[in-house]
Amino acid sequence: MSVTSIVVDNATKEFSLQYSRTLKKMMMAKMRRQQISDSFLALDGVSFEVEQGESIGLMGLNGSGKSTLLKLVSGVMKPDSGTVLTRGRISGLIATGAGFHQQLTGRENIYMNAAILGMSEQETDEKFDDIAAFADVGRFMDTPVGNYSSGMFARLGFSVAVHVDCDIFIADEVLAVGDRPFKKKCLARMQEIRESGITLFYVSHAAGSVKKMCDRVIVLDSGRVGYDGDVEEGIKYLHYDGPDDEPDAEEDLDEELASDI
Amino acid sequence: MIDRVAVRHDLERVPLAPPSTTSGLLEAFRRRYLLRLMVRREIQARYARSLFGLAWSYINPTVRFFTFYFVFGIVIGRGMGVENFAIHLFAGMVLVHYFTETVTSGTRSLLSNKGVVQKMAVPRELFPLASMLVSLYHTIPQLVILTIACLATGWTHPDLIGFAAALLGFVLIMVFSTALGLMFSVFNVLLRDFGRIVQTFMNMVPFAVPMMYPYELITERFGTGTIHTIYMGNPVAEAVLLIQRGFWWTTTDEVYTENFPDDLWQRGFIMLGVCLVLLAFAQWVFARLEGRVPELLT
Repeated sequence: MSVTSIVVDNATKEFSLQYSRTLKKMMMAKMRRQQISDSFLALDGVSFEVEQGESIGLMGLNGSGKSTLLKLVSGVMKPDSGTVLTRGRISGLIATGAGFHQQLTGRENIYMNAAILGMSEQETDEKFDDIAAFADVGRFMDTPVGNYSSGMFARLGFSVAVHVDCDIFIADEVLAVGDRPFKKKCLARMQEIRESGITLFYVSHAAGSVKKMCDRVIVLDSGRVGYDGDVEEGIKYLHYDGPDDEPDAEEDLDEELASDI
Repeated sequence: MIDRVAVRHDLERVPLAPPSTTSGLLEAFRRRYLLRLMVRREIQARYARSLFGLAWSYINPTVRFFTFYFVFGIVIGRGMGVENFAIHLFAGMVLVHYFTETVTSGTRSLLSNKGVVQKMAVPRELFPLASMLVSLYHTIPQLVILTIACLATGWTHPDLIGFAAALLGFVLIMVFSTALGLMFSVFNVLLRDFGRIVQTFMNMVPFAVPMMYPYELITERFGTGTIHTIYMGNPVAEAVLLIQRGFWWTTTDEVYTENFPDDLWQRGFIMLGVCLVLLAFAQWVFARLEGRVPELLT
């Protein structure tokens, strides 16, 4: 039995760039015959299908449209043309860290975030201890998250997201913040998510963890699907495997972490 | 093993759907719990790090009330012969304050929640709607003050019809201000000037309704011609008359029929219909424009 989980068909997303913000500047630009605004295609005819339970590594250079694609899949944005369809409940993080309210305490933010992700009050009550234990922010739980360190902030967001009983999980550069023990915990948890049959959408620049975590790689190349298929090949396509001029410390750590799981 | 989640959630029966699908304002019924949390959060946030906290929602209207009362009731002319002028004024102020609060905070609602709007899939209509409910919550202390004032002046003939009128006034403002808040919240994201324009108009509202002066003054000056029609075309003016019917009129000894239009109720219900149509229109505008909201929230 297999069910399609995500269908992206010819999805296009265009952003407009405005150069002149005020009326006065717009007039000046008009007189000088300069361009007032411009647009660029963040995503240009992206199509792919994902089966339930697949884990996809989404890769690509900065600005290739990864986050935009995630926003379309998670429903934050709509495509300008084409369609994006998903099946079931979606959870996850976009651009590390969920939408938290600075003045609210960690506890209040957990409830708020869980509700946005579609959890009921009872469900959150039941899972609260697990969420708190996973985030491990200690006595900061009842202080406003505005005072949190960036690592704690990210931990709390990730912790809520992974406890949602979802069908599709989106993870955008989860390992960018967070210290080593937490990264390890995250990867282990994502492995569990993957094994439970949840569709995993994992964005990362780290070839090591993508290799470990994913069974298919999609590479975006200036808004188009540059490569879609086998993991090893995908990493080769991006030239993330070759010898670098500068040895990447992060990469070594990542390899090491990946082999720990 | 692979299909564990799929089997548990019976995914074969779950349809593929665009992840951003929402049913607009109706989503508020489906996601009552989230809406409740949002309202509670905003009540807390509005007075975060303030010493007086909720007391501000008493202090502000009280100070405003005394200012208006001093100017219009005492300096200009002892309430223009209106009995219990203070209640005439304050009853109107409750609704006007509710209206302006809802529209201004609704206009800002998407911007002030941009952290969530940019990163999570929420039915975005909930933000202006929550602003409306928060403002409604803050009218409770004012209603308490109003009731106490009525009792203090000797509430000679409170009646159920009057309370029904006041309720209709509230419903009118709820629908009208939600419609405006909904539309303006997106406009304000597209163009930040909009918040300032709204602020300017909101400053006019207290003067454009019959609370600092009796309704009679309008009919005396302008008759029931075009200007009267325009004046009464403002749902807030109609709502103010309705709440005055409920609170002020029931405290007076004189009958004051000239202080209300003859067709107060008909006007009220027609206006409610108009506001509901406006709300549907606002929802349509919102749905068309909200797609661009996350990318413009910078």
